[in-house]
Amino acid sequence: MTGTDILTLMPYLILAGATVLGMILIAIERNHTIMVGFSLLAFAVAFFSLFRAAAFIPRQISALFIMDGYTLFFLGLLFAASFLVVLLSYGYFKSMTGNREEYYLLIFLATFGASVLVASNHFASIFLGLEILSVSLYTLIAYLRTSQRSIEASIKYLILAAASSAFLLFGMALIYAESGVLEFSQLATYLAGGQTGLLILTGFSLIIVGVGFKLAVVPFHMWTPDVYQGAPAPVTAFVATVSKGGMFALLIRFFMETDAYQYQSLLLIFTIVAIASMFFGNLLALLQNNVKRILAYSSIAHLGYLLVAFIAGGELGVEAVSFYLVAYFITTIGAFGIISILSTSEEETEALDDYRGLFWHRPWISAVFTAMMLSLAGIPLTAGFVGKFYVASAGVDASLWLLVILLVLNSAIGLFYYLRIVVAMYSQPAEGAEVPAGRPSVSFGGGVALAALTLLLVWFGVYPGGFMEVIQSMVSGLAHGYQSIPIHTGLF
Amino acid sequence: MILAWLIIILMAGGFLAWFFGRINHLWARWISLIALIIDFVLVLSVWIQHPGAVELTRDAPWIIEMNLSWIPRFGISFHLAMDGLSLLLVMLTVFLGLMSVLVSWTEINERVGFFHFNMLWILAGIIGVFTALDLFLFYFFWEVMLVPMYFLIGIWGHENKIYAAYKFFIFTQASGLLMLLAILGLYFIHGNNTGVYTFDYLQLLGTDIPPVAATWLMFGFIIAFAVKLPVLPVHNWLPDAHTEAPTAGSVILAGLLLKTGAYGLLRFVLPLFPDAAISFAPAAMLLGVAGILYGAKLAYAQTDLKRLVAYTSVSHMGFVMLGVFAMNQLAFQGVIMQIICHGVSTGALFILVGALQERIHTRDMNRMGGLWGTVPRMGGVAMLFALASLGLPGLGNFIAEFLVLVGTYQASILFTVLAALGLIASTIYSLRIIQRVFHGGQEEEWTITDFNAREMLVMGLMIAVIVWLGLYPQPVLNTSRPAFKNLQYEISDYRTRYTGSSGEFHDTDRAVGDIQEMSRLLFRHTNIFTKDYSAGLKLPAMNESVQTGIIRLSDRIKYVPQCSKGGQL
Repeated sequence: MTGTDILTLMPYLILAGATVLGMILIAIERNHTIMVGFSLLAFAVAFFSLFRAAAFIPRQISALFIMDGYTLFFLGLLFAASFLVVLLSYGYFKSMTGNREEYYLLIFLATFGASVLVASNHFASIFLGLEILSVSLYTLIAYLRTSQRSIEASIKYLILAAASSAFLLFGMALIYAESGVLEFSQLATYLAGGQTGLLILTGFSLIIVGVGFKLAVVPFHMWTPDVYQGAPAPVTAFVATVSKGGMFALLIRFFMETDAYQYQSLLLIFTIVAIASMFFGNLLALLQNNVKRILAYSSIAHLGYLLVAFIAGGELGVEAVSFYLVAYFITTIGAFGIISILSTSEEETEALDDYRGLFWHRPWISAVFTAMMLSLAGIPLTAGFVGKFYVASAGVDASLWLLVILLVLNSAIGLFYYLRIVVAMYSQPAEGAEVPAGRPSVSFGGGVALAALTLLLVWFGVYPGGFMEVIQSMVSGLAHGYQSIPIHTGLF
Repeated sequence: MILAWLIIILMAGGFLAWFFGRINHLWARWISLIALIIDFVLVLSVWIQHPGAVELTRDAPWIIEMNLSWIPRFGISFHLAMDGLSLLLVMLTVFLGLMSVLVSWTEINERVGFFHFNMLWILAGIIGVFTALDLFLFYFFWEVMLVPMYFLIGIWGHENKIYAAYKFFIFTQASGLLMLLAILGLYFIHGNNTGVYTFDYLQLLGTDIPPVAATWLMFGFIIAFAVKLPVLPVHNWLPDAHTEAPTAGSVILAGLLLKTGAYGLLRFVLPLFPDAAISFAPAAMLLGVAGILYGAKLAYAQTDLKRLVAYTSVSHMGFVMLGVFAMNQLAFQGVIMQIICHGVSTGALFILVGALQERIHTRDMNRMGGLWGTVPRMGGVAMLFALASLGLPGLGNFIAEFLVLVGTYQASILFTVLAALGLIASTIYSLRIIQRVFHGGQEEEWTITDFNAREMLVMGLMIAVIVWLGLYPQPVLNTSRPAFKNLQYEISDYRTRYTGSSGEFHDTDRAVGDIQEMSRLLFRHTNIFTKDYSAGLKLPAMNESVQTGIIRLSDRIKYVPQCSKGGQL
C-alpha cells in the first residue's frame, strides 16, 4: 500500500480515527456539547478530505475497494447526511438522562460501514461494510434503553437483518462456488464468458434478497414501519438515508460492473419488486395515522420509484438514481429533522393529531415541513420534482412504459397522504385545544440544519443544472469502466 | 425581460404580502393590488405598442420573447414568449387578478397575508403557463399554480372545503403527470430522430412521430387539458372546487384556470400532433357538444346558486372544445372570445354569489327570492351578466358563441345544430337565476345592504369589458388573428379548405399559403405517393388543379429538406 493509497483512503481513515479519538474524548471528559462539536468537526474534515482524494481517482486499492468519482460522490452524500443527523440529534438528546455521548461514536461507525459499501469492489468488503453498518444500527435503534418500543424495534431489526445477511452470504457463496471469484471485475470477466449456470442466477437472487432487506422494498419491508416508529427520530432519519443510500450505491455498482443487466430474469424480479413496493408503500401509507409510519411506508414507495430508474439502467438511469437519492436524502432528513425538533427523547411528536394547526403557532417549521412533503410528492420548485422528472425520463428513455405509468399513478395516490399531513398542519386547531406545553424551541443547530436543507431543496428544484453536471461527470466514469486503472495489491 | 418581470413581480409581491400581512392586513391587500397594477400597466403597454395591425410573420411570430439556458443537461431553457393569443390571456389574467383582490377586501379576514401570497402565486403560475415555450417550463408552471390553489380552497373555502381541495388537486395532478409522460415521450422521439434533445416548443414542432405514438402522446396532453377545461367525463372535480372555493378562488378557477386547458389545446395539442388531432376531432367535438348540453341540464337542476354557476362553466367550456377542434380561423376567434367573455361574465356571477353569501350566509336559492327590491343594484348587475351568459347580442358572449358556431358549421353541421340547442338551455338556466333569486316573493325577510362603492367599481369595470367586447370586439380579433394564422399553418385544416363547399380559394395569397401548407404536410409524409394517399390523408374531393400543383410542389420540396425544420416554410 503506497502513500497515495493512504491519501486516497483518507476519508475512511479520518472516520475510523474519529471513532477512536471520540472514545478517548469521552474517557477524559464526558460532555454532550463537546462530543457533538467533535462529531461535526470530524464529518466536516472527512467531507473536505474528499476533495483531496479527488486528485488521485480513479484508483483501485487492493482487491477490495475502488475509489472513483462515483465513490466520492456518495461518500460526500453520506458524510453530509450524517453531519445533519448529528446536528439534529443535539436538541433531541439534550434532555436525555444517561450516557448520550456514545451515540455519536455509533453514528461514526454506521457511517463508516455504509461508506465501505459504497467503495466495495469485492464480496468480502461488502460483507464487512454491511456488518459494521448493521451492528451499529442495532444499538442506535435501541439507544433509548428505557423505551420499550425502541427495544422491540431493535430486536426486530436484529433478527431480520441477521437473517438477510445469511441470505446475502449464501448468495455470495453460491456465486463463488460456480465461478471461483469474489471480485466484481473478475466476476464480470467470468460472466462475459457466457457460462451462467443456475447457481449463478440463484446466487444473484439471494444477494437481491439481502440487498432488498436493507433497502426495505416489498416483500422485504416488514421491519420498516416498526423500526421507523420505534427508533429515536434522528436515528430513523439515519436508517432511512445513510443505510439505504449506501446500499443502493452498492447495488448499482455491482450491477454495472458485473453487467448483470443482461439477465432478464433478474430485471423481472426487480420489476415485480418495484411495482409491489410502489403499491404497497403508497396504499398502506394511506391507512396510517402516525407521521413516522406514514413516512416509513412512503419511503418504501420511494425506493420503488428509485428501482424504476435502476431498472432503466444506462447512464441516464444511474444519473436519475443519484439525483433522486440526493433529493430523497434532503427531504427525508428534513422531515425527520422536524419530527426530531418537535420531539424530545422522552416524548415524540408523531401522531398526525399532534400536527393539527401547527402552522398557526409554528409557521416556519410548518412551512419547511410543507416544503418537504411537497418535495416527497414531487411538486415543482422542489428537488423531489426534478428527481421524479429524472426518474420518469430514464424510464421513458428505456421504454419502461408500464413502470412509468404505474409510477405516475402511484404519485397521485401518494399525494393524498402527503396532503393529509399538510392539511392537518393548516387546519384549525380543535376547539379548546391548548398548544401542547413542553415542546422544545428550535435549537440553533437544528434551525441551521433545516434552513440549509430547505435552501438545498429549493435550489435543486429551481436551478438543478450545475448539480446535474456534477452527477453526469461522476456517472460517465462508472459507465465507461476503468480497465486501465492500475491495481495495487500491496498489503493484501 | 418584460415577461420574466411579469412573473417575478407577482412572486415577489406574494412574499411581501405574506410578510407584511402579518403586521397589518391592509398592507397585504395594497401590496397585491399594486403588484397587479404594475403588471397590468406592463401588459397594457405591450398591447398598445403592438396593436393587432402589426403582422407577426412566421419567421418572427412573437411580440416579445426571452430565452435563457436553464437545465442544459436536458436541453431545457427558460423560454418565454408572447404572441397575440398569449397577450390577451395574460391581460385577462391580470384583470381578473385585480378583481379578485378587490372582492376579497372584506370577505377574507383571516390569515390575509398568506391568502394574498397564494393568490399572487397562482396568477404568476398562470402567466407562466400562458407564455412558456419550453415544454418542461410549461409543465413546471402548470404545477406551480396547483399548490397555492389547493391552499386557497382548503383553507379559506366553505363547508366541504377539504374534500373539494383534495379532489381538485388529485384530478389535476394525476392528469398533469400523464402530460409529463407525453412530454417526455415527445422529447425522446425528437431526440432519437434528430440527435437534438430539447424541450423547446419551436424545435419540437414538426417532429416526425409514428402515428400510433402520436395518438398516445396526444392523449397524454389532452387528458391534462380536458381535466382543466373541463370536458365531460372528467369534469366532476369542478362543481365541488368552484362551490367550496372562496369568491376570489372561484373567479380565478373559472376565469383563468379553466382557460389554461383551452390554451394548452390550442398551443400544444393541435400544432404538435396535427394528424392525430384531426382524426380525434369528431370525437372531441362530440364531447364538446355533450358538455354543452349536459352542463346546461345539470346547471338547471341545482338549488345551490354557486354550484349552478359552476355547471354553466362546464356548458360554456363545451363551446371551447367544439371550437378548438373545428380547426378554422372563425372557430379559433370564437374560442378566444369565449375564453375572455366567459372569464369576465362567470367571474362576475361568482362575485355576485359571493357578495350575496357574505350578506345572507347561504347559497340556497330556495331561501332567496324577491331580492330585487332590497338590493336593486345587485339585481341589475345580475340581470346583465345572466343575459351575457345566455348569449344576448350586444354582449361579448354572443360574439364568442356565434363565431364558434359559424366556425363549427364548416366542420360539422350536426354538431352545430346540437350546440345551438345549448343556447336555448342556457337561456333557461340564466333566467332561472334571476327569477328565483331576485323576483317572486321573499322567502325570508332579508335586510341586507346593496353593493358598496368598491363592489360597484369591480362590477362597473366588468360590465364595461363585457359590453365593449359585445359591441366592438375587433381589437381582440385583430390581436389574436396573426397568432391563429400561424397556428393554422401548423395544423392541417385542409379538411375545411379543400373539400366540399368551402373548397374554393378566396385569393391568390391564401392559395399560395394553402399550397405551401399542403406541401409541408405532404413532406411530412414523404412516402405518401408510394402508398394509398387517399386513405392516409382523406382527400377525396380535391380539386384537380390543386392536386397536380401539390404533386409538382411535393416533388420540388424533397430537395429542400430544411423546409420542415421548425415547422416553417
